[in-house]
Amino acid sequence: MAKILGNRALGENFYLLTAEQENSARRGQFYMLRAWEHYPVLSRPISVFDADGGTVSFLYKVVGKGTELFSTLKEGQEITLDGPHGNGFPALPDKRRIALVGGGVGIAPLYLAARTYKEENPACTVDLYLGFSGQPVLTREFEAVADGTTVNVGGFVTDDIDPCAYDAILACGPTPMMRALYRKCTKSGAKAPLYVSLENRMACGIGACLVCTCKTDLGRKKVCKDGPVFLGSEVFGDE
Amino acid sequence: MSERLKTTFAGIPFKNPVVLASGTCGFGRELDEYFDIGRLGGICSKGLLSHPHGGNEGIRVWETPSGVLNSVGLENPGVDAFIRDDLDWVNAKGTVNIVNLGGHSLQDYLEGAEKLNGAKLDILELNISCPNVKSGGMNFGTKTEVAREIVRAVRAVCRHKMTVKLSPNAEDIVSLARMCEEEGADGVCLVNTFLGMAIDIQKKAPVFQNVYAGLSGPAIKPIALRMVHQVAKAVHIPVMGLGGISTWQDAVEFIMAGAAVVQVGTATFMKPDVSMDIIDGMERYLEENGYGNVEEIRGIL
Repeated sequence: MAKILGNRALGENFYLLTAEQENSARRGQFYMLRAWEHYPVLSRPISVFDADGGTVSFLYKVVGKGTELFSTLKEGQEITLDGPHGNGFPALPDKRRIALVGGGVGIAPLYLAARTYKEENPACTVDLYLGFSGQPVLTREFEAVADGTTVNVGGFVTDDIDPCAYDAILACGPTPMMRALYRKCTKSGAKAPLYVSLENRMACGIGACLVCTCKTDLGRKKVCKDGPVFLGSEVFGDE
Repeated sequence: MSERLKTTFAGIPFKNPVVLASGTCGFGRELDEYFDIGRLGGICSKGLLSHPHGGNEGIRVWETPSGVLNSVGLENPGVDAFIRDDLDWVNAKGTVNIVNLGGHSLQDYLEGAEKLNGAKLDILELNISCPNVKSGGMNFGTKTEVAREIVRAVRAVCRHKMTVKLSPNAEDIVSLARMCEEEGADGVCLVNTFLGMAIDIQKKAPVFQNVYAGLSGPAIKPIALRMVHQVAKAVHIPVMGLGGISTWQDAVEFIMAGAAVVQVGTATFMKPDVSMDIIDGMERYLEENGYGNVEEIRGIL
């Protein structure tokens, strides 16, 4: 069990929960979160927003029973954090211009991604494109870890980006958003590889139950174990 | 682990009566990172078909009150790949190795059973109860006389100990179990998932592409327990009981209802090592109540 250090309401049903647990979490990975015994049955897969060796934080949005229960947790209470799981976003040592594109709660993994890409290669440029349907959250925090931050409210964040201006593009958000971005990249002839982090419904979160598998050009893969990050061409290539 | 939990099922020794249920534990590798799966009484493989299969499209899981609907549709690498990649690994773990075999046709079942004849395993669990395949699976398992053909034909081919996994959607689960006994099954396993449904009221459409899906989890436990009780009273072959078992108390209930061995499925999603808690809890219960062995409480009701 991990002790909760904070669970802050950010507006628009977004919350930022920080807990104390030794970890080796990397950008783009997730944990299975649970703060109850038997009901709801399933734990909730939530992306890592930020992590250092001793704490890990999660940006989540209340969308159902599980996240609603998370939102009631108070500092000092405990939560089960099982993880980190998944492959996470790749190392990009030779990419000079990196774009991170997020829609809705899909912005969550982009904070640690931006922060660590900059730390690993201070010479690279990291631009964030954040799409919100309502009031934006944590924009100051995101701005602090990126070179440029473009915030889109109520429109299509994919309209804001010129894929040809980047050497690598990483995205997380609703599948239609990521598919639209993949098409835009292909149409514009962008050289940058596009990585997408999928949000399929999960049950076990560890690769045992096969409810989250997705079609790829190399057959079906487990989003929780082989992903959640795939090349856009792997999952959207044959559409 | 003491002698208290040791039992036998169809002549096969189990170090304890707790088995991981098919479809909730892969082939054991992922859970082995949480605990030594060698501590389990047994492990039952993800449902295999003779040939690789991609399973169902669309949403595959939907949470319900105290339950989970799933529609995986037997995604699996095929019997050959399992034998090549995973079988030896499971056998080396020293737990009873149960291989679940499904099929879309009688031919499928027979091919799969023949391929598995050459493989080292402890029990073949014949799955005539998967609700998530359009042809085969549960369609074979709801009518006793249709199921009889499959059980008889596979029994004639299969050289392993063979149990039959029964569907709670059967017309008459007691007659289905009796038929399995008549046809030479070494045991029966029940219950698989209940056929259920969910509707997305915004899209005004079924959640699942197959419309119906299989319900598991604590929600089904009382019905599963009743069915295990009825079947255990009606047959002389041993019963593996499952359906919503999430605590050691649940497991004790199933044993008292007549199950020789229990399987833990959906609860593994709540806590990956819940099966270890169940083993420890049963052991404590037996000790505190003065039982020397788990078989002393089997079928006492």
